[in-house]
Amino acid sequence: MRRYIARRVLWGIALLFICSAVIFVIFYAFPSADPASLRAGRAATPDQIERIRVSLGLDEPIYTQYWLYMKNLVLHFDLGYSYQSNIGVRTLILDRLPATAFLVSGAAILWLAAGLPVGIVSAVRPRSLMDRTMMVTSLALISAPVFWLGLVSLYLFADDIGQLLPIFPGVGSYIEANSFLEKAWSLVLPWFVLAAASAAIYARYMRSSLIDTLSEDYVRTARAKGLSERTVVMRHGVRSAVTPIVTLLGLDIGTLLAGNAILTETVFNIPGVGRLVATSIERSDLPVIQGVVLFGAFFIITFNLIVDIVYAYLDPRVRYE
Amino acid sequence: MTAGSPLLEVADLVKHFPIKAGVLIDREVGRVRAVDGVSFTVAKGETLGIVGESGSGKSTLCRAVLQLIEPTSGSVRFEGRQLVGLGQRQMRPLRRDMQMIFQDPFSSLNPRQRVVQIVGAPMRLHGIASGSDLKREVQDLLDRVGLSPEHYNRYPHEFSGGQRQRIGIARALATRPKLILADEPVSALDVSIQAQIINLMSDLQRELDLAYVFVAHDIGIVRHVSDRIAVMHDGKIVEHGPARQVCSSPTDSYTKKLLAAVPVPDPRRGRRAGG
Amino acid sequence: MSLLEVSDLRVQFETEDGVVQAVDTVSYEVASGETLGIVGESGCGKSVASMTILGLTRGPQTTISGRVMYEGRDLLALGADDLRRVRGNDIAMIFQDPLSSLHPFYRIGDQIVEAIRTHQDVSRAGGRARAIELLDMVGVPEPSRRVDDYPHEFSGGMRQRAMIAMALSNEPKLLIADEPTTALDVTIQAQILELLNDLQSRLGMAVILITHDLGVVAENADRVLVMYAGRIVEAGSIDQIFHDPGHPYTWGLLGSLPSLDLHRHEELPQIAGLPPSLLAPPAGCHFRDRCPHAFDQCMKVPPLESRLPDSPEHRDRCWLTAEQKHDLRTVDGRIGLQAPGARAS
Repeated sequence: MRRYIARRVLWGIALLFICSAVIFVIFYAFPSADPASLRAGRAATPDQIERIRVSLGLDEPIYTQYWLYMKNLVLHFDLGYSYQSNIGVRTLILDRLPATAFLVSGAAILWLAAGLPVGIVSAVRPRSLMDRTMMVTSLALISAPVFWLGLVSLYLFADDIGQLLPIFPGVGSYIEANSFLEKAWSLVLPWFVLAAASAAIYARYMRSSLIDTLSEDYVRTARAKGLSERTVVMRHGVRSAVTPIVTLLGLDIGTLLAGNAILTETVFNIPGVGRLVATSIERSDLPVIQGVVLFGAFFIITFNLIVDIVYAYLDPRVRYE
Repeated sequence: MTAGSPLLEVADLVKHFPIKAGVLIDREVGRVRAVDGVSFTVAKGETLGIVGESGSGKSTLCRAVLQLIEPTSGSVRFEGRQLVGLGQRQMRPLRRDMQMIFQDPFSSLNPRQRVVQIVGAPMRLHGIASGSDLKREVQDLLDRVGLSPEHYNRYPHEFSGGQRQRIGIARALATRPKLILADEPVSALDVSIQAQIINLMSDLQRELDLAYVFVAHDIGIVRHVSDRIAVMHDGKIVEHGPARQVCSSPTDSYTKKLLAAVPVPDPRRGRRAGG
Repeated sequence: MSLLEVSDLRVQFETEDGVVQAVDTVSYEVASGETLGIVGESGCGKSVASMTILGLTRGPQTTISGRVMYEGRDLLALGADDLRRVRGNDIAMIFQDPLSSLHPFYRIGDQIVEAIRTHQDVSRAGGRARAIELLDMVGVPEPSRRVDDYPHEFSGGMRQRAMIAMALSNEPKLLIADEPTTALDVTIQAQILELLNDLQSRLGMAVILITHDLGVVAENADRVLVMYAGRIVEAGSIDQIFHDPGHPYTWGLLGSLPSLDLHRHEELPQIAGLPPSLLAPPAGCHFRDRCPHAFDQCMKVPPLESRLPDSPEHRDRCWLTAEQKHDLRTVDGRIGLQAPGARAS
């Protein structure tokens, strides 16, 4: 087991290095604009642009630039400075991270709490009315675009413009909120919106995974032993069926933290990492984009690692690879 | 016993699989000695039975003989020609003469191909027949193995287990081989179907002067079909000789244990205590 | 005094292609302490019939009728709670593939303890001690260490021993063993069967041994049922079935076994054709299409009864008279179905 973990961690670190190199090369070959003129702004003279180029080290060969970049990264965690605001990229990202983390964790709890039980009940009673209703509803929720869902929920439930039941805080309320509770309250609508499609997906996954598991021989043995149906379904069925869902969860959370919540954050104006990426792309603020991508790679690799380790705890057969 | 040189001659065949371990890079820490120095011969038109339990290495042996996996060392001569070390292209024409029947009739046929494609593929690949000739040859073969020739356009799932095994046999016969290696050809079938398949294989052997290497774990069946038997255990052959002799007066302790363990379908003999 | 009495059991499944009559009017008894062998090929209904005893085939697509009397109660009519009290307690079952029949995520010891604590009021520590005892009883070496192993860490034979330990943990009066050794090597099979025999006599348990292997039945059973296409076609003692069989299917089964007496190049007597589809079985005797001795009467379902006045417990479903059977069942000096050399369909 320890060898399994050690192996995964070492490969994770190696992968991070490879990712950073690839990211660097991509941004070096980034075709859109000259970083120096972006940095200089609109009314810059060719002289100014040239001076900025030198100061950014852009006249150095690529491997020197890469070496400097990596040195800064590994030794000082320095990711460079935003072209737009001159604020350190690391500071910008770390400022935004708590909002995204709060949004994602709340949504994750919600979609698991809603999706998994629905999936279990559907699997235990396949083709029942409950099951069919669930399948149709989930199809609707998965098909609805997140931003549409967000806008509709604001239209119906936001306390400033809501037509149906104006009780939840509206756009921009997260920024205005101060205490933890106020912030949580402002995230209720975003949580539901972000969780909706995922809840549906997880319900369907749980359903199919559990239907498969319940037809396994060991479930038949559990029944033959005289266990209650509830014990059979939960301790023998769900326990096995949940392992592929763990993998899915790790990937989902990893990618969401990396900025995948961009649509939800934009609709509700939450100052998270996704929002940061959106605005940086609009402004071609390369260091910020590069920094977020690197952060994203870090999160995805880390969560993959966590998922691998958790999987080995769940499934003892995996530990001996 | 055999006139002239044997059809197949295997000498000191070895196949080891490395066990790899290590944190970042895989190192070899040990070996699984699947086939550990096996030698035997097969003459034209005869059947050599190889009996072994799971883990004895008999399936690996089949694959190593046919060069489907690369032997670690040793020699395999077919009609005098050395096969070990031959490249894919050199092996290909030789594959016409050596074919294999597999154990599981459910997974050894491609479910997306029709019977005519499955049985016809070897003929096409080796340039034996093509086009409308191919269809006729396939139908001939189907008839010969006891299937209905009109079913050439069906898919494997439309047949029963025994019928699928017949398709597998037809495929093996498509290139008119001289030797067929059968790896547990009847183990996955019901008892009454087993008899049908065994009888079919016997008939074909007489008609086509085929040699068989019949690998199985059921010594009763192996005894019935084989001229000579080799008993395999832990990668080695522990006993070999004429079938009748090996079964009635075994000399090796493992062979004796194997024979003693086989349940006898006669309540007046070999009864267990109590019950 | 019968322990278990099955009367007119019928089980049918609704499938997309139609109704499958998996078990058709099966009746038999099991006495305390005896071993009843049920022999048949795949699809004959032997597994479905046995799983139905424990209610394991109940479901929305299943229709079950008949009676299964155990200790004065009809198991088929029991509610879920009462049935659970019987399962793993009075009547236990072990299955063919011990690797897939044990939960891969839980330790062997935990699974055995679960079986114990479902029916007995013992502490976890007590359950664990009992599990170690049971593993020792079934011959698992170093039981106190291996009790914490996972199923994939056991070899095939060991796993089956562990399953047996788990099944016997509440000292059932009846053990149903569904092809317990089919997935095992023949030397391991011999060990497991010996173990079962030993435990059976020690615990005074009855065993229903389901298998397709006539050799296993000959060596371990007292009485035998031969099943074909959902029906019992012959029932009798071991000696009667093997030395005085009364149904052509039994002759065919016995005949198609390779034996040491048959010369190398002789054909094995074989049963022509394939078992019927249970969606649309032939009217009358199900074996009619494959039986070389079929005649007009066979269009009516033969009842399962004895045609020999001095052995009433030897029953079969065949219209042929006792004399006809005597003449027809020997082919080339041994029991078999038809002259060898007949082609398959």
